[in-house]
Amino acid sequence: MADTILVVVEQREGKLNRVSWETITAGQAIAAATGWTLEAAVVGAASVAGEIAAKKVAKVYAIESPKLEPYTPDAFAAALKQFFASHPAKLVLMPHTYQVRDFVPKLATAMGRTVISDCVGFKYEGGKLAFTRQMFQGKLAADVSFTSDSPWFATFQNGAFRGDKAEAGPSAAPVETVNVDIADEVIRNKPQEVFKEAKQAVDLTQAEVIVAVGRGIKEQKNIELAKQLADALGGDLAASRPICDSGWLPMDRQIGSSGQTVAPKLYLALGISGAIQHIVGMKGSRAIIAVNKDSEAPIFEIADYAVVGNLFDIVPPLIEEVKKARG
Amino acid sequence: MKILVCMKQVPQKDAPLKLNESGTWIREDVSYEVNEPDAYALEEALRQREKHKGEVVVITSGPARAQQVLREALAKGADRAIHLEDDRFVGLDAFNTAKAFAAAIKDEQFDLIFTGLQSDDYGYAQTGVILAELLGWPHATIIMQIEKTDSGIRVKRELEAGYFQFVDMPTPAVLTIQSGINKLRYATLIGIKQAKNKPLRKVTLGEVQSTLGENMQKIEKLYVPQKTKKTEHIEGAPAEIAKKLVDKLRNELRVL
Repeated sequence: MADTILVVVEQREGKLNRVSWETITAGQAIAAATGWTLEAAVVGAASVAGEIAAKKVAKVYAIESPKLEPYTPDAFAAALKQFFASHPAKLVLMPHTYQVRDFVPKLATAMGRTVISDCVGFKYEGGKLAFTRQMFQGKLAADVSFTSDSPWFATFQNGAFRGDKAEAGPSAAPVETVNVDIADEVIRNKPQEVFKEAKQAVDLTQAEVIVAVGRGIKEQKNIELAKQLADALGGDLAASRPICDSGWLPMDRQIGSSGQTVAPKLYLALGISGAIQHIVGMKGSRAIIAVNKDSEAPIFEIADYAVVGNLFDIVPPLIEEVKKARG
Repeated sequence: MKILVCMKQVPQKDAPLKLNESGTWIREDVSYEVNEPDAYALEEALRQREKHKGEVVVITSGPARAQQVLREALAKGADRAIHLEDDRFVGLDAFNTAKAFAAAIKDEQFDLIFTGLQSDDYGYAQTGVILAELLGWPHATIIMQIEKTDSGIRVKRELEAGYFQFVDMPTPAVLTIQSGINKLRYATLIGIKQAKNKPLRKVTLGEVQSTLGENMQKIEKLYVPQKTKKTEHIEGAPAEIAKKLVDKLRNELRVL
């Protein structure tokens, strides 16, 4: 029997999380490189299985139990552990979402296995599979390989693969329901309803120009300088997480994995080093200008225009020039 | 409430990193600091102790330099510290690190274990959850609030895109703490003085080695990432840079 790659897609309240398509694309690419068979599974909410079956996968498993709703790490880990006992896989792929982060290290540990998490790519050279991931907040990259028995678990960072490149299959893949049995006492957490904190006052997703500040702004009073630039450009002010954590700007102006994801015409990053968690929220911007005194800051990796220098020297004349240009 | 806080020493955020000769790790001669989410985990533990009494214990693994993280935690108010001291702890994967921690605390009875949600060096976001599984405890990740209840605790989990969820759970439990859950305190002069007399237990690799296995994953190569984007550097005096940028904004990006 050929080795199997299993992509575990993510659903929330019966809806497929779109990032799952990216993991399908990743699975298809690894299957093409290795010749392994690609299958997919959805845990709970079998309703999304049909959507996945339309893609180029050999089979889709709907892993079902009434205990899988609402999500708990205990139930999800128990369900997949049972599934793997009867359906062994060589490689298991998932998106690196908050939900997957919550249960996959537990699942792998319960099976005596390991997870290479938050990968951005893979390499298959000379019959050896390695996963590329960012290290030290994106300053370095590493190729990491498994040295244990399978199943091997890997998760992919949001945006690492293109979801719209997931190939459709010639015909719908068969869907097999696998019922799992989860004892009551397995589930220890009692989750309450999911909710949104007071309505988001600022919607940055529609902004055409965003001026964002990071730690390099140094003090709360210096935020005003960035605000003047944003105003001159007719744009919105945003920030990386540490600025909002410090209370210098409200949380609803935060860009990144725990904040908003934006794609403006211009993203002007002031004193932002470019940690992965920030980059995932703004790398889709049409143009990125970065100002940072550290020439090795990861933000420059994705910037279209790089200014290595002190933002306090550069921003004041920039405000004046922008004002002049606008008349 | 007896709380253990797992802390890690990581290279300073703006420290320039150099690769070692084999290209598998960084050279040790950089400045280090406490992993930022772990600082929030410690602060939360101190606040819980202020509310509910009890004890805060901090633990780390790594070479002698890592003791600095524990000293700072003691100065901020932690009651005692555990240091798994050996250069070789740096090379352990998350599974083995969690196993080493579990072995080092086997005679202790904690109600809660906190970790930061992830580290600034590896960024695996796994050690806390693995530790929970090894101990057979429930866990919850990316926590923004913790309240004691009659039957255990109620925590607020951060989900993606601005969503949250409260979860009721029994103790003992492991929680991974999100940055920004609280406001960090500074160590006081008295605190720094008192820290010198607080207990710090050292654990050698030999004491926990029998519980460890081979690493299950391996860094084949560490390198400077290849650039995927063409970046134009804007140089000159500040006034000159400002003029050049405005030219780009107007003629290339058309936002002016």
